[in-house]
Amino acid sequence: MTTTAYLTALETHLRGTDRKLLVPYVTGGVSDDWIDYVHAAVDAGADAVEIGIPFSDPVIDGPVIQAASVRSLDRGTTPESVLRDLAAYRRDVPLIAMTYYNLVLQHGQREFARDLVASGVNGAILPDLPLEESASWEADAAAHGVATVLIAAPSTPDDRLAALCSRSTGFVYGMGVMGVTGERAAPTDSARDMARRLKAVTDKPVLIGVGVSTKENAEKVAGVADGVIIGAPVMRRVAEAGGAAGVAELIAGFRAALDRAGG
Amino acid sequence: MSLTSTFMGDPVKGRFGEFGGLFVPEPIVPACVELERAFTEAWADPEFRRELDGYLKHYVGRPSPVTECRRLSEELGVRVLAKREDLNHTGSHKINNVLGQALLAKRMGKTRVIAETGAGQHGVATATACALFGLECVVYMGEVDVERQQLNVFRMELLGAEVRPVSSGSRTLKDAVNDALRDWVASVDTTYYCMGSVLGPHPYPWMVRELQRVIGDESLAQCRELLDGADPTHVVACVGGGSNAAGIFAGFADTDAALIGVEAAGGAAIGAGRVGVVHGAKSMLLQDGAGQVLEAYSISAGLDYPGIGPEHSHLADLGRATYPSVTDDEVIVAVRELSRLEGLIPALESAHAFAYLFREAGRGIPLGSTVLVNLSGRGDKDMHQVITLLNGKGGKA
Repeated sequence: MTTTAYLTALETHLRGTDRKLLVPYVTGGVSDDWIDYVHAAVDAGADAVEIGIPFSDPVIDGPVIQAASVRSLDRGTTPESVLRDLAAYRRDVPLIAMTYYNLVLQHGQREFARDLVASGVNGAILPDLPLEESASWEADAAAHGVATVLIAAPSTPDDRLAALCSRSTGFVYGMGVMGVTGERAAPTDSARDMARRLKAVTDKPVLIGVGVSTKENAEKVAGVADGVIIGAPVMRRVAEAGGAAGVAELIAGFRAALDRAGG
Repeated sequence: MSLTSTFMGDPVKGRFGEFGGLFVPEPIVPACVELERAFTEAWADPEFRRELDGYLKHYVGRPSPVTECRRLSEELGVRVLAKREDLNHTGSHKINNVLGQALLAKRMGKTRVIAETGAGQHGVATATACALFGLECVVYMGEVDVERQQLNVFRMELLGAEVRPVSSGSRTLKDAVNDALRDWVASVDTTYYCMGSVLGPHPYPWMVRELQRVIGDESLAQCRELLDGADPTHVVACVGGGSNAAGIFAGFADTDAALIGVEAAGGAAIGAGRVGVVHGAKSMLLQDGAGQVLEAYSISAGLDYPGIGPEHSHLADLGRATYPSVTDDEVIVAVRELSRLEGLIPALESAHAFAYLFREAGRGIPLGSTVLVNLSGRGDKDMHQVITLLNGKGGKA
């Protein structure tokens, strides 16, 4: 199927948004009131929210999100409980599930795609399911209208980048640096290069995550990319007992920075 | 029937039946692809093979002997042969794999090597090879294992390696693999990941098996010499990730020998697990209903792993190999008996294979059988723990 023939609800929404895209990440089940963090982020200017479904062995995550995952799992969180909690979500912007493939495999691919849709989730990011392994999941997801957002890395060669962009649905997730999720005092050159390489081969929305740590980072990266994904800063604020108000303040800051970068 | 093809897996697709694969984050996919190409070329290059064989002979001390265990044979009523990987330099089979990978790292122009370790044997072997070839070495090791294998931590540091204790999750081998993978995601340009077992994404399960098959190839010839051209009826090896078993099984794939991989009761991925995906591969895995990976529990740090190499899952599926388990108590008895009867003090890992033999001789293994057991490592590293365990049971060594 061609990209023009098949636009997911997620991509349609993102394409219809007339500003730089801001997608915060919240670990599902991290506290009793985690849905409040999602709503606070939306009210402060998020265009979509990434919902982490915690896994015991999160190899692409650094210390902050690992700690959030442990905290959530210790509370008894399961994929089912995260999706159940989402019944309280207002459904005003799209949600994207971020988890690891074993949880999908155990739930059943088709059942997982079906249950995401039923819970108001429009896309999925499975970082341990690269192009070589994702075709069967992509088909099951597409059958239910769930976007499969594929991840590109600075190490991805050009020919592979083109293939990856043509198969990614919803948007393309570019990693800003080579490394696990987490805040770092990284220069933004690598993130801007990633965005530039992606924009050269796709007209799908290009969002940069991993290593976009500050508002200044975000503003510079969004000068090239269509938007940014903010994970560890959000979960650090949550870990510091910042609550929904802390999340709102953080996201409002990033919103203002992205708006400075242009619509 | 010929089973070589089932053992070879498919190095192009990276599968052993439905198992294996490349379930890793995008940043390291190109590195895995490059590694597959580099190893395929090196393995077909007679100069690379000559260099590796030279190190195996003159540095490791290969070939390792096969020893007739006469008193044990008399005691059990089966003829017992032990493949003596405990006599290798660094004290276990791990060095076979590591020398091959370290030479490959050099050939690929990498300057830094990372590894995970459980019992510390793979860490010590990696630190040794890095000292030999002048490579920077970082070893990830769970805090629990650092505590119970302090001698190996000291050996690695003496060899010039940096040991990084891992405090996440169960703080054992599984978590050391996670942190090594995280390191590699950030450092893949300069860094070679030296995986210690037949685990991980393609090409590791295939590559490590090829580097360990020297155990099986030697054993086959040695057994035929000892047995007037015949093969053993049973080949037994312990299995955590499964590299010593994969190596010795590979030599006997096309014989009639029963292949038996012995799991720790608390880490029986095939005995008690379901199909799952972790650390880059689809294989049998201890996990809860949702798919969260469970912690393994074993007195042997080297077998404290909730998964198993994908080739073993495939062999179990085919019925070509079986994977029973033994308890910690059976293992301790085996350590004592093998020491007393043969003067061989086995590593706790290797003692699992002997524990199975002790239990099943005259039962699952009929009297009169000829059993080749892989004595994959020596027990020096475990003495402190064994003393504690024997005293705890009111026994004495």
